[in-house]
Amino acid sequence: MLYVAIPPLLPVIGLLVLPLVLPSYWQKVLIATSIFALLAMSWDFLSSVGMVSLGQALFFGVGAYCSGSLDHYLGLPIWITIPLGTVLGGALCTVLLLPVLRLRGIYFAMVTLVLPLMFERIVEATRILGGTEGLTGLKSFPNDWVELYVIGIVVLVALFGFRRLMSTDFGLVLKAIRDNDRSVMSGGINIYAMKAKALFIAGCTGAFCGAYMTHVYMFVGMPAFALDYSILPLASAVVGGMGTFAGSLMGAFILVPLSEALRGVGGLRTVIYALSLVVFIVALPEGIFHYVQRKYHQIERWVKVD
Amino acid sequence: MSEPVHTESEAPLLSVEKLDKSFGGVHAVVNVDFKLKQGELLGIIGPNGSGKTTLVNLITGFVKPDSGAVLYRGRNITGWAPYRIAGLGIARTFQMVRPFGELPAFKNLIIPLYSPRVKKLSGGRYGDRDSVAKDLLEEVGFERDSSVTFKAAGSLPHGYLKRLELAKCLALRADLIILDELFSGLSIAELAGILPIIEKLMVEGKTIIMIEHRLRELFRIAHRVVVLNFGCVIGEGNPADVMESDEVKKAYLGTE
Repeated sequence: MLYVAIPPLLPVIGLLVLPLVLPSYWQKVLIATSIFALLAMSWDFLSSVGMVSLGQALFFGVGAYCSGSLDHYLGLPIWITIPLGTVLGGALCTVLLLPVLRLRGIYFAMVTLVLPLMFERIVEATRILGGTEGLTGLKSFPNDWVELYVIGIVVLVALFGFRRLMSTDFGLVLKAIRDNDRSVMSGGINIYAMKAKALFIAGCTGAFCGAYMTHVYMFVGMPAFALDYSILPLASAVVGGMGTFAGSLMGAFILVPLSEALRGVGGLRTVIYALSLVVFIVALPEGIFHYVQRKYHQIERWVKVD
Repeated sequence: MSEPVHTESEAPLLSVEKLDKSFGGVHAVVNVDFKLKQGELLGIIGPNGSGKTTLVNLITGFVKPDSGAVLYRGRNITGWAPYRIAGLGIARTFQMVRPFGELPAFKNLIIPLYSPRVKKLSGGRYGDRDSVAKDLLEEVGFERDSSVTFKAAGSLPHGYLKRLELAKCLALRADLIILDELFSGLSIAELAGILPIIEKLMVEGKTIIMIEHRLRELFRIAHRVVVLNFGCVIGEGNPADVMESDEVKKAYLGTE
Protein backbone atom coordinates (compact mmCIF):
# COMPACT_ATOMS: atom_id res chain seq x y z
CA MET A 1 0.00 0.00 0.00
CA LEU A 2 2.74 2.41 1.02
CA TYR A 3 4.58 1.47 -2.16
CA VAL A 4 1.75 2.91 -4.24
CA ALA A 5 0.96 5.83 -1.95
CA ILE A 6 4.41 7.32 -1.48
CA PRO A 7 5.08 8.73 -4.98
CA PRO A 8 1.90 10.83 -5.24
CA LEU A 9 2.20 11.89 -1.60
CA LEU A 10 5.69 13.31 -2.13
CA PRO A 11 4.67 16.40 -4.13
CA VAL A 12 1.59 16.89 -1.95
CA ILE A 13 3.55 16.92 1.28
CA GLY A 14 6.39 18.83 -0.32
CA LEU A 15 4.25 21.67 -1.62
CA LEU A 16 2.24 21.95 1.59
CA VAL A 17 5.19 21.80 4.00
CA LEU A 18 7.84 23.74 2.09
CA PRO A 19 6.21 27.18 2.58
CA LEU A 20 6.29 26.59 6.36
CA VAL A 21 9.95 25.76 6.61
CA LEU A 22 11.58 27.97 3.98
CA PRO A 23 13.08 31.40 4.76
CA SER A 24 11.32 34.27 3.07
CA TYR A 25 13.82 34.58 0.20
CA TRP A 26 13.41 30.92 -0.70
CA GLN A 27 9.65 31.29 -0.45
CA LYS A 28 9.90 33.66 -3.42
CA VAL A 29 12.01 31.07 -5.21
CA LEU A 30 9.33 28.49 -4.47
CA ILE A 31 6.76 30.70 -6.16
CA ALA A 32 8.92 31.16 -9.25
CA THR A 33 9.62 27.42 -9.31
CA SER A 34 5.94 26.60 -9.12
CA ILE A 35 5.20 29.01 -11.96
CA PHE A 36 7.81 27.36 -14.16
CA ALA A 37 6.51 23.94 -13.15
CA LEU A 38 3.00 24.93 -14.28
CA LEU A 39 4.31 26.35 -17.54
CA ALA A 40 6.34 23.17 -18.07
CA MET A 41 3.22 21.05 -17.53
CA SER A 42 1.35 23.21 -20.00
CA TRP A 43 4.18 22.67 -22.51
CA ASP A 44 4.23 18.96 -21.79
CA PHE A 45 0.49 18.72 -22.37
CA LEU A 46 0.70 20.48 -25.73
CA SER A 47 3.62 18.34 -26.82
CA SER A 48 1.70 15.18 -26.02
CA VAL A 49 -0.91 16.34 -28.53
CA GLY A 50 1.87 16.85 -31.08
CA MET A 51 1.99 20.62 -30.82
CA VAL A 52 5.55 21.62 -30.00
CA SER A 53 5.26 25.10 -28.57
CA LEU A 54 8.01 27.63 -28.06
CA GLY A 55 5.55 30.19 -26.79
CA GLN A 56 4.55 29.57 -23.21
CA ALA A 57 5.43 33.25 -22.87
CA LEU A 58 2.42 34.01 -25.06
CA PHE A 59 0.07 32.29 -22.62
CA PHE A 60 1.83 33.88 -19.67
CA GLY A 61 1.84 37.37 -21.14
CA VAL A 62 -1.75 37.31 -22.35
CA GLY A 63 -2.93 36.03 -18.98
CA ALA A 64 -0.87 38.66 -17.18
CA TYR A 65 -2.21 41.52 -19.26
CA CYS A 66 -5.78 40.20 -19.01
CA SER A 67 -5.85 40.17 -15.23
CA GLY A 68 -3.77 43.35 -15.03
CA SER A 69 -6.22 45.23 -17.24
CA LEU A 70 -9.22 43.90 -15.36
CA ASP A 71 -7.69 45.24 -12.17
CA HIS A 72 -6.40 48.53 -13.55
CA TYR A 73 -9.31 49.59 -15.75
CA LEU A 74 -12.27 47.93 -14.05
CA GLY A 75 -10.95 47.82 -10.50
CA LEU A 76 -12.13 44.26 -9.97
CA PRO A 77 -10.97 42.42 -6.84
CA ILE A 78 -8.16 39.90 -7.07
CA TRP A 79 -10.32 36.80 -6.62
CA ILE A 80 -12.20 37.79 -9.78
CA THR A 81 -9.30 39.02 -11.92
CA ILE A 82 -7.25 35.86 -11.56
CA PRO A 83 -9.93 33.32 -12.58
CA LEU A 84 -11.30 35.64 -15.25
CA GLY A 85 -7.81 36.43 -16.52
CA THR A 86 -7.10 32.70 -16.68
CA VAL A 87 -10.15 31.82 -18.76
CA LEU A 88 -10.02 34.97 -20.88
CA GLY A 89 -6.30 34.52 -21.50
CA GLY A 90 -6.76 30.87 -22.44
CA ALA A 91 -9.58 31.74 -24.81
CA LEU A 92 -7.63 34.59 -26.41
CA CYS A 93 -4.57 32.41 -26.98
CA THR A 94 -6.75 29.70 -28.50
CA VAL A 95 -8.36 32.17 -30.89
CA LEU A 96 -4.96 33.62 -31.81
CA LEU A 97 -3.55 30.20 -32.61
CA LEU A 98 -6.65 28.82 -34.36
CA PRO A 99 -5.36 29.67 -37.85
CA VAL A 100 -2.14 27.73 -37.29
CA LEU A 101 -3.66 24.57 -35.81
CA ARG A 102 -3.09 22.86 -39.14
CA LEU A 103 0.64 23.42 -38.86
CA ARG A 104 2.69 20.68 -37.31
CA GLY A 105 6.08 20.32 -35.66
CA ILE A 106 8.56 23.10 -36.27
CA TYR A 107 6.10 25.33 -38.15
CA PHE A 108 3.74 25.52 -35.21
CA ALA A 109 6.73 26.14 -32.94
CA MET A 110 7.89 29.07 -35.08
CA VAL A 111 4.52 30.81 -34.91
CA THR A 112 4.27 30.39 -31.15
CA LEU A 113 7.81 31.72 -30.77
CA VAL A 114 7.10 34.82 -32.81
CA LEU A 115 3.73 35.81 -31.32
CA PRO A 116 4.91 36.88 -27.83
CA LEU A 117 7.80 38.84 -29.33
CA MET A 118 5.31 40.53 -31.61
CA PHE A 119 3.02 41.44 -28.72
CA GLU A 120 5.91 42.93 -26.81
CA ARG A 121 6.62 45.25 -29.75
CA ILE A 122 2.95 46.08 -30.21
CA VAL A 123 2.70 47.19 -26.58
CA GLU A 124 5.88 49.22 -26.99
CA ALA A 125 4.95 50.85 -30.28
CA THR A 126 1.27 51.64 -29.71
CA ARG A 127 1.63 52.50 -25.99
CA ILE A 128 -1.57 50.60 -25.21
CA LEU A 129 -1.99 48.96 -21.80
CA GLY A 130 0.53 51.26 -20.20
CA GLY A 131 3.14 50.99 -22.94
CA THR A 132 6.73 50.52 -21.79
CA GLU A 133 5.90 51.52 -18.22
CA GLY A 134 3.26 48.83 -17.87
CA LEU A 135 0.39 48.90 -15.42
CA THR A 136 1.51 49.56 -11.87
CA GLY A 137 -0.11 49.72 -8.47
CA LEU A 138 -2.19 46.59 -8.93
CA LYS A 139 -3.71 44.81 -5.96
CA SER A 140 -1.64 42.24 -4.14
CA PHE A 141 -2.56 39.09 -2.25
CA PRO A 142 -3.82 39.70 1.31
CA ASN A 143 -0.71 38.02 2.78
CA ASP A 144 2.22 35.77 1.92
CA TRP A 145 0.51 32.60 3.12
CA VAL A 146 -2.40 32.99 0.71
CA GLU A 147 0.07 33.72 -2.05
CA LEU A 148 2.13 30.59 -1.32
CA TYR A 149 -0.77 28.20 -0.82
CA VAL A 150 -2.77 29.35 -3.83
CA ILE A 151 0.06 28.48 -6.18
CA GLY A 152 0.93 25.29 -4.29
CA ILE A 153 -2.60 23.96 -4.54
CA VAL A 154 -2.94 24.93 -8.20
CA VAL A 155 0.28 23.08 -9.02
CA LEU A 156 -1.04 19.96 -7.29
CA VAL A 157 -4.42 20.21 -9.03
CA ALA A 158 -2.69 20.68 -12.38
CA LEU A 159 -0.31 17.79 -11.78
CA PHE A 160 -2.95 15.24 -10.84
CA GLY A 161 -5.53 16.73 -13.18
CA PHE A 162 -3.31 16.47 -16.24
CA ARG A 163 -2.23 12.95 -15.35
CA ARG A 164 -5.85 11.89 -14.92
CA LEU A 165 -6.91 13.66 -18.10
CA MET A 166 -4.33 11.88 -20.22
CA SER A 167 -5.50 8.49 -19.03
CA THR A 168 -9.12 9.12 -20.07
CA ASP A 169 -10.43 8.39 -23.55
CA PHE A 170 -10.18 12.10 -24.33
CA GLY A 171 -6.47 12.02 -23.50
CA LEU A 172 -6.03 8.85 -25.50
CA VAL A 173 -7.46 10.52 -28.60
CA LEU A 174 -5.18 13.51 -28.02
CA LYS A 175 -2.12 11.28 -27.86
CA ALA A 176 -3.29 9.45 -30.97
CA ILE A 177 -3.40 12.76 -32.86
CA ARG A 178 0.30 13.16 -32.15
CA ASP A 179 1.12 9.65 -33.35
CA ASN A 180 -0.98 9.48 -36.52
CA ASP A 181 -3.44 12.25 -37.22
CA ARG A 182 -4.64 10.72 -40.51
CA SER A 183 -5.74 7.62 -38.72
CA VAL A 184 -7.64 9.68 -36.17
CA MET A 185 -9.35 11.65 -38.93
CA SER A 186 -10.42 8.43 -40.62
CA GLY A 187 -11.93 7.49 -37.27
CA GLY A 188 -14.39 10.33 -37.76
CA ILE A 189 -12.87 12.71 -35.24
CA ASN A 190 -12.41 16.40 -35.93
CA ILE A 191 -8.77 16.74 -34.97
CA TYR A 192 -8.80 20.52 -35.22
CA ALA A 193 -11.56 20.79 -32.63
CA MET A 194 -9.63 18.41 -30.38
CA LYS A 195 -6.44 20.42 -30.84
CA ALA A 196 -8.30 23.65 -30.06
CA LYS A 197 -9.62 22.13 -26.83
CA ALA A 198 -6.12 21.02 -25.86
CA LEU A 199 -4.82 24.48 -26.69
CA PHE A 200 -7.46 26.05 -24.46
CA ILE A 201 -6.51 23.82 -21.53
CA ALA A 202 -2.80 24.54 -21.96
CA GLY A 203 -3.53 28.22 -22.57
CA CYS A 204 -5.52 28.50 -19.36
CA THR A 205 -2.71 26.87 -17.39
CA GLY A 206 -0.21 29.34 -18.83
CA ALA A 207 -2.56 32.30 -18.45
CA PHE A 208 -3.11 31.45 -14.80
CA CYS A 209 0.63 31.76 -14.22
CA GLY A 210 0.57 35.19 -15.79
CA ALA A 211 -2.50 36.35 -13.91
CA TYR A 212 -1.06 35.10 -10.63
CA MET A 213 2.36 36.70 -11.11
CA THR A 214 0.75 40.02 -12.06
CA HIS A 215 -0.67 40.23 -8.55
CA VAL A 216 2.50 38.97 -6.91
CA TYR A 217 4.53 41.73 -8.59
CA MET A 218 1.56 44.15 -8.39
CA PHE A 219 2.71 45.11 -11.88
CA VAL A 220 2.30 43.95 -15.44
CA GLY A 221 4.51 45.08 -18.27
CA MET A 222 6.48 43.98 -21.28
CA PRO A 223 8.66 41.50 -19.33
CA ALA A 224 5.55 39.29 -19.17
CA PHE A 225 6.34 38.23 -22.75
CA ALA A 226 9.99 37.46 -21.92
CA LEU A 227 11.60 34.51 -23.65
CA ASP A 228 12.45 32.97 -20.25
CA TYR A 229 8.85 31.88 -19.89
CA SER A 230 9.14 29.90 -23.12
CA ILE A 231 12.58 28.37 -22.78
CA LEU A 232 12.84 27.42 -19.10
CA PRO A 233 9.61 25.39 -19.05
CA LEU A 234 10.81 23.54 -22.14
CA ALA A 235 14.14 22.80 -20.45
CA SER A 236 12.34 21.67 -17.28
CA ALA A 237 10.09 19.29 -19.19
CA VAL A 238 12.97 17.82 -21.16
CA VAL A 239 15.28 17.44 -18.17
CA GLY A 240 12.50 16.03 -16.00
CA GLY A 241 11.08 13.67 -18.62
CA MET A 242 8.38 14.36 -21.16
CA GLY A 243 4.84 13.05 -21.18
CA THR A 244 4.52 12.47 -17.45
CA PHE A 245 3.79 15.93 -15.99
CA ALA A 246 5.50 14.75 -12.80
CA GLY A 247 8.71 14.99 -14.82
CA SER A 248 7.97 18.62 -15.67
CA LEU A 249 7.41 19.35 -12.00
CA MET A 250 10.63 17.60 -11.04
CA GLY A 251 12.56 19.39 -13.78
CA ALA A 252 11.37 22.80 -12.65
CA PHE A 253 12.11 21.98 -9.01
CA ILE A 254 15.68 21.10 -9.98
CA LEU A 255 16.48 23.80 -12.52
CA VAL A 256 15.01 26.92 -10.93
CA PRO A 257 16.44 26.46 -7.40
CA LEU A 258 19.75 25.41 -8.98
CA SER A 259 19.84 28.67 -10.88
CA GLU A 260 19.17 30.54 -7.63
CA ALA A 261 21.73 28.61 -5.62
CA LEU A 262 24.38 29.42 -8.20
CA ARG A 263 23.93 33.15 -7.64
CA GLY A 264 26.72 32.98 -5.06
CA VAL A 265 29.20 31.74 -7.66
CA GLY A 266 29.34 35.03 -9.50
CA GLY A 267 30.40 35.46 -13.10
CA LEU A 268 30.61 31.84 -14.04
CA ARG A 269 27.01 31.18 -12.94
CA THR A 270 25.59 30.81 -16.43
CA VAL A 271 28.44 28.56 -17.51
CA ILE A 272 27.95 26.18 -14.60
CA TYR A 273 24.20 26.25 -15.11
CA ALA A 274 24.56 25.43 -18.81
CA LEU A 275 27.07 22.66 -18.06
CA SER A 276 24.73 21.06 -15.54
CA LEU A 277 21.95 21.17 -18.15
CA VAL A 278 24.22 19.37 -20.61
CA VAL A 279 25.12 16.78 -17.98
CA PHE A 280 21.44 16.08 -17.29
CA ILE A 281 20.62 15.71 -20.96
CA VAL A 282 23.60 13.52 -21.76
CA ALA A 283 23.41 11.34 -18.66
CA LEU A 284 19.63 10.91 -18.58
CA PRO A 285 18.25 11.64 -22.03
CA GLU A 286 14.98 9.93 -21.10
CA GLY A 287 14.49 12.43 -18.27
CA ILE A 288 15.01 12.23 -14.56
CA PHE A 289 11.46 11.16 -13.78
CA HIS A 290 11.54 8.17 -16.13
CA TYR A 291 14.80 7.06 -14.57
CA VAL A 292 13.55 7.42 -11.00
CA GLN A 293 10.30 5.70 -11.89
CA ARG A 294 12.14 2.73 -13.35
CA LYS A 295 14.38 2.42 -10.32
CA TYR A 296 11.40 2.69 -8.02
CA HIS A 297 9.57 -0.07 -9.85
CA GLN A 298 12.61 -2.26 -9.41
CA ILE A 299 12.31 -1.94 -5.64
CA GLU A 300 9.07 -3.89 -5.86
CA ARG A 301 11.00 -6.95 -6.98
CA TRP A 302 13.73 -6.63 -4.39
CA VAL A 303 14.17 -9.87 -2.55
CA LYS A 304 16.37 -10.35 0.47
CA VAL A 305 18.87 -13.13 -0.10
CA ASP A 306 20.32 -14.55 3.06
CA MET B 1 -21.27 -15.67 -55.07
CA SER B 2 -24.48 -14.03 -53.97
CA GLU B 3 -26.16 -11.17 -55.78
CA PRO B 4 -26.12 -7.76 -54.10
CA VAL B 5 -29.03 -7.12 -51.80
CA HIS B 6 -31.61 -5.02 -53.62
CA THR B 7 -33.20 -2.24 -51.65
CA GLU B 8 -36.29 -0.31 -52.68
CA SER B 9 -34.30 2.67 -53.81
CA GLU B 10 -32.27 1.88 -56.89
CA ALA B 11 -30.30 5.09 -56.45
CA PRO B 12 -26.59 4.38 -56.06
CA LEU B 13 -25.06 4.57 -52.58
CA LEU B 14 -21.91 6.15 -53.93
CA SER B 15 -21.35 7.66 -57.30
CA VAL B 16 -18.04 8.96 -58.51
CA GLU B 17 -18.42 11.39 -61.38
CA LYS B 18 -15.58 12.36 -63.72
CA LEU B 19 -13.04 12.50 -60.88
CA ASP B 20 -9.74 13.99 -61.94
CA LYS B 21 -6.49 14.64 -60.07
CA SER B 22 -2.96 15.57 -61.09
CA PHE B 23 0.11 15.82 -58.90
CA GLY B 24 2.35 18.21 -60.80
CA GLY B 25 3.02 16.42 -64.07
CA VAL B 26 1.56 13.09 -62.98
CA HIS B 27 -2.04 12.64 -64.00
CA ALA B 28 -2.92 10.22 -61.20
CA VAL B 29 -6.66 9.84 -61.72
CA VAL B 30 -8.23 10.62 -65.09
CA ASN B 31 -11.97 11.14 -65.44
CA VAL B 32 -12.92 8.16 -63.30
CA ASP B 33 -16.60 7.41 -63.29
CA PHE B 34 -18.43 4.62 -61.50
CA LYS B 35 -21.45 3.89 -59.36
CA LEU B 36 -21.89 1.64 -56.38
CA LYS B 37 -25.13 0.06 -55.21
CA GLN B 38 -26.06 -0.68 -51.62
CA GLY B 39 -24.72 -4.07 -50.56
CA GLU B 40 -22.34 -4.42 -53.44
CA LEU B 41 -18.71 -5.49 -53.24
CA LEU B 42 -16.65 -3.63 -55.78
CA GLY B 43 -13.05 -4.57 -56.47
CA ILE B 44 -10.68 -1.95 -57.78
CA ILE B 45 -7.65 -3.51 -59.43
CA GLY B 46 -4.81 -2.34 -61.58
CA PRO B 47 -1.02 -2.45 -61.84
CA ASN B 48 1.18 -0.57 -59.39
CA GLY B 49 0.90 3.20 -59.67
CA SER B 50 -2.38 3.08 -61.55
CA GLY B 51 -4.05 5.49 -59.14
CA LYS B 52 -6.04 3.12 -56.96
CA THR B 53 -4.97 4.54 -53.62
CA THR B 54 -5.31 8.10 -54.92
CA LEU B 55 -8.88 7.25 -55.88
CA VAL B 56 -9.56 6.10 -52.31
CA ASN B 57 -7.94 9.26 -50.96
CA LEU B 58 -10.17 11.33 -53.24
CA ILE B 59 -13.33 9.56 -52.08
CA THR B 60 -12.42 9.81 -48.39
CA GLY B 61 -11.32 13.43 -48.57
CA PHE B 62 -7.62 13.03 -47.83
CA VAL B 63 -6.87 14.50 -51.26
CA LYS B 64 -8.98 17.17 -52.93
CA PRO B 65 -9.89 16.47 -56.57
CA ASP B 66 -9.06 18.93 -59.36
CA SER B 67 -12.47 18.36 -60.88
CA GLY B 68 -15.38 15.95 -60.69
CA ALA B 69 -17.67 15.02 -57.85
CA VAL B 70 -18.27 12.33 -55.26
CA LEU B 71 -21.88 11.77 -54.25
CA TYR B 72 -22.83 9.69 -51.23
CA ARG B 73 -26.53 8.92 -50.88
CA GLY B 74 -27.14 11.67 -53.41
CA ARG B 75 -25.22 14.22 -51.35
CA ASN B 76 -22.22 15.98 -52.80
CA ILE B 77 -19.30 15.32 -50.47
CA THR B 78 -16.52 16.51 -52.78
CA GLY B 79 -13.83 18.37 -50.91
CA TRP B 80 -15.22 17.62 -47.44
CA ALA B 81 -12.74 17.13 -44.62
CA PRO B 82 -11.86 13.46 -43.96
CA TYR B 83 -13.44 13.42 -40.50
CA ARG B 84 -16.77 14.66 -41.87
CA ILE B 85 -16.78 11.99 -44.56
CA ALA B 86 -15.94 9.36 -41.95
CA GLY B 87 -18.78 10.78 -39.87
CA LEU B 88 -21.19 9.97 -42.69
CA GLY B 89 -20.23 6.32 -42.40
CA ILE B 90 -17.49 5.90 -44.97
CA ALA B 91 -14.65 4.07 -43.24
CA ARG B 92 -11.34 3.17 -44.78
CA THR B 93 -8.24 1.19 -43.96
CA PHE B 94 -4.77 2.33 -44.84
CA GLN B 95 -2.41 0.41 -47.05
CA MET B 96 0.44 1.13 -44.65
CA VAL B 97 -0.75 -0.22 -41.33
CA ARG B 98 0.35 2.23 -38.65
CA PRO B 99 -1.38 1.40 -35.38
CA PHE B 100 -0.85 3.34 -32.17
CA GLY B 101 2.03 1.10 -31.25
CA GLU B 102 2.38 1.56 -27.51
CA LEU B 103 -1.36 1.22 -26.85
CA PRO B 104 -2.90 -2.19 -26.23
CA ALA B 105 -4.66 -3.50 -29.35
CA PHE B 106 -8.18 -2.90 -28.05
CA LYS B 107 -7.36 0.66 -27.01
CA ASN B 108 -6.73 1.44 -30.68
CA LEU B 109 -10.48 1.14 -31.21
CA ILE B 110 -11.27 3.81 -28.64
CA ILE B 111 -10.52 6.45 -31.26
CA PRO B 112 -13.35 5.60 -33.68
CA LEU B 113 -15.57 4.76 -30.71
CA TYR B 114 -14.96 8.26 -29.35
CA SER B 115 -16.17 9.89 -32.60
CA PRO B 116 -19.37 11.95 -32.65
CA ARG B 117 -20.90 9.48 -35.13
CA VAL B 118 -20.68 6.54 -32.75
CA LYS B 119 -21.83 8.64 -29.80
CA LYS B 120 -24.89 9.69 -31.79
CA LEU B 121 -25.70 6.19 -33.04
CA SER B 122 -25.59 4.77 -29.55
CA GLY B 123 -28.23 7.28 -28.51
CA GLY B 124 -26.07 9.67 -26.57
CA ARG B 125 -25.36 7.02 -23.98
CA TYR B 126 -22.10 5.24 -24.40
CA GLY B 127 -21.13 2.81 -21.74
CA ASP B 128 -17.85 1.11 -21.38
CA ARG B 129 -15.90 1.74 -24.57
CA ASP B 130 -13.28 -0.79 -23.53
CA SER B 131 -15.72 -3.68 -23.52
CA VAL B 132 -17.23 -2.60 -26.84
CA ALA B 133 -13.71 -2.54 -28.27
CA LYS B 134 -12.98 -6.05 -27.00
CA ASP B 135 -16.20 -7.36 -28.53
CA LEU B 136 -15.29 -5.78 -31.86
CA LEU B 137 -11.88 -7.40 -31.81
CA GLU B 138 -13.47 -10.76 -31.20
CA GLU B 139 -15.65 -10.15 -34.23
CA VAL B 140 -12.60 -9.79 -36.46
CA GLY B 141 -10.97 -12.89 -35.07
CA PHE B 142 -8.99 -11.92 -31.98
CA GLU B 143 -9.52 -14.93 -29.76
CA ARG B 144 -11.72 -14.21 -26.76
CA ASP B 145 -9.81 -13.98 -23.50
CA SER B 146 -6.48 -14.46 -25.22
CA SER B 147 -3.66 -12.09 -24.43
CA VAL B 148 -3.45 -10.72 -27.99
CA THR B 149 -6.18 -8.20 -27.29
CA PHE B 150 -4.12 -6.67 -24.52
CA LYS B 151 -0.75 -6.73 -26.24
CA ALA B 152 0.80 -3.50 -27.47
CA ALA B 153 -0.39 -3.01 -31.02
CA GLY B 154 3.18 -2.40 -32.14
CA SER B 155 4.14 -5.97 -31.28
CA LEU B 156 1.26 -7.69 -33.09
CA PRO B 157 1.91 -9.86 -36.14
CA HIS B 158 0.92 -8.47 -39.53
CA GLY B 159 -2.22 -10.56 -39.82
CA TYR B 160 -3.61 -9.18 -36.58
CA LEU B 161 -2.77 -5.63 -37.59
CA LYS B 162 -4.86 -6.03 -40.73
CA ARG B 163 -7.72 -7.35 -38.64
CA LEU B 164 -7.31 -4.40 -36.29
CA GLU B 165 -7.66 -2.05 -39.27
CA LEU B 166 -10.85 -3.86 -40.23
CA ALA B 167 -12.12 -3.59 -36.65
CA LYS B 168 -11.62 0.19 -36.80
CA CYS B 169 -14.06 0.32 -39.72
CA LEU B 170 -16.56 -1.79 -37.78
CA ALA B 171 -16.15 0.41 -34.73
CA LEU B 172 -17.23 3.41 -36.77
CA ARG B 173 -20.40 1.46 -37.73
CA ALA B 174 -19.68 2.32 -41.32
CA ASP B 175 -22.10 1.61 -44.16
CA LEU B 176 -19.42 1.87 -46.82
CA ILE B 177 -16.10 0.25 -46.06
CA ILE B 178 -13.09 0.90 -48.25
CA LEU B 179 -10.31 -1.65 -47.79
CA ASP B 180 -6.99 -0.57 -49.25
CA GLU B 181 -4.97 -3.74 -49.94
CA LEU B 182 -6.26 -5.60 -46.94
CA PHE B 183 -4.95 -8.93 -48.24
CA SER B 184 -1.42 -7.81 -49.07
CA GLY B 185 1.28 -9.54 -47.10
CA LEU B 186 -1.06 -12.13 -45.61
CA SER B 187 -0.36 -15.84 -45.73
CA ILE B 188 -2.92 -18.24 -47.20
CA ALA B 189 -3.84 -19.32 -43.69
CA GLU B 190 -4.38 -15.73 -42.53
CA LEU B 191 -6.45 -15.05 -45.64
CA ALA B 192 -8.60 -18.07 -44.90
CA GLY B 193 -9.33 -16.50 -41.55
CA ILE B 194 -10.14 -13.02 -42.82
CA LEU B 195 -12.29 -13.93 -45.87
CA PRO B 196 -15.24 -15.20 -43.83
CA ILE B 197 -15.27 -11.92 -41.91
CA ILE B 198 -15.70 -9.99 -45.14
CA GLU B 199 -18.36 -12.42 -46.32
CA LYS B 200 -20.18 -11.88 -43.05
CA LEU B 201 -20.05 -8.11 -43.58
CA MET B 202 -21.61 -8.63 -47.00
CA VAL B 203 -24.43 -10.67 -45.50
CA GLU B 204 -25.01 -7.82 -43.06
CA GLY B 205 -25.63 -5.57 -46.05
CA LYS B 206 -22.46 -3.48 -45.87
CA THR B 207 -21.17 -1.99 -49.08
CA ILE B 208 -17.49 -2.64 -49.63
CA ILE B 209 -14.82 -1.36 -51.98
CA MET B 210 -11.66 -3.43 -52.08
CA ILE B 211 -8.40 -2.30 -53.61
CA GLU B 212 -6.58 -5.53 -54.21
CA HIS B 213 -3.62 -7.20 -55.84
CA ARG B 214 -4.61 -10.69 -54.72
CA LEU B 215 -6.98 -11.25 -57.63
CA ARG B 216 -7.82 -14.91 -57.02
CA GLU B 217 -9.17 -14.19 -53.54
CA LEU B 218 -10.86 -10.97 -54.64
CA PHE B 219 -12.68 -12.63 -57.53
CA ARG B 220 -14.16 -15.19 -55.17
CA ILE B 221 -16.15 -12.51 -53.37
CA ALA B 222 -16.41 -9.46 -55.65
CA HIS B 223 -19.64 -8.72 -57.51
CA ARG B 224 -17.97 -6.35 -59.91
CA VAL B 225 -14.49 -5.01 -60.59
CA VAL B 226 -13.12 -1.79 -62.00
CA VAL B 227 -9.71 -1.94 -63.64
CA LEU B 228 -7.48 1.12 -63.56
CA ASN B 229 -4.36 1.78 -65.58
CA PHE B 230 -2.49 5.10 -65.58
CA GLY B 231 -5.46 6.63 -63.79
CA CYS B 232 -8.03 5.63 -66.44
CA VAL B 233 -10.78 3.06 -66.14
CA ILE B 234 -9.93 0.44 -68.76
CA GLY B 235 -12.43 -2.21 -67.81
CA GLU B 236 -15.49 -2.67 -65.66
CA GLY B 237 -17.88 -5.50 -65.01
CA ASN B 238 -18.07 -9.10 -63.94
CA PRO B 239 -14.68 -10.35 -62.64
CA ALA B 240 -14.44 -13.22 -65.09
CA ASP B 241 -15.36 -11.12 -68.14
CA VAL B 242 -13.09 -8.22 -67.26
CA MET B 243 -9.97 -10.35 -67.29
CA GLU B 244 -10.79 -11.54 -70.82
CA SER B 245 -10.55 -8.00 -72.18
CA ASP B 246 -7.47 -7.42 -74.31
CA GLU B 247 -6.74 -4.06 -72.79
CA VAL B 248 -6.74 -5.46 -69.27
CA LYS B 249 -4.48 -8.32 -70.29
CA LYS B 250 -2.12 -5.81 -71.85
CA ALA B 251 -2.06 -3.70 -68.68
CA TYR B 252 -1.29 -6.68 -66.50
CA LEU B 253 1.00 -8.71 -68.76
CA GLY B 254 2.49 -5.96 -70.89
CA THR B 255 2.58 -5.78 -74.68
CA GLU B 256 4.93 -7.56 -76.98
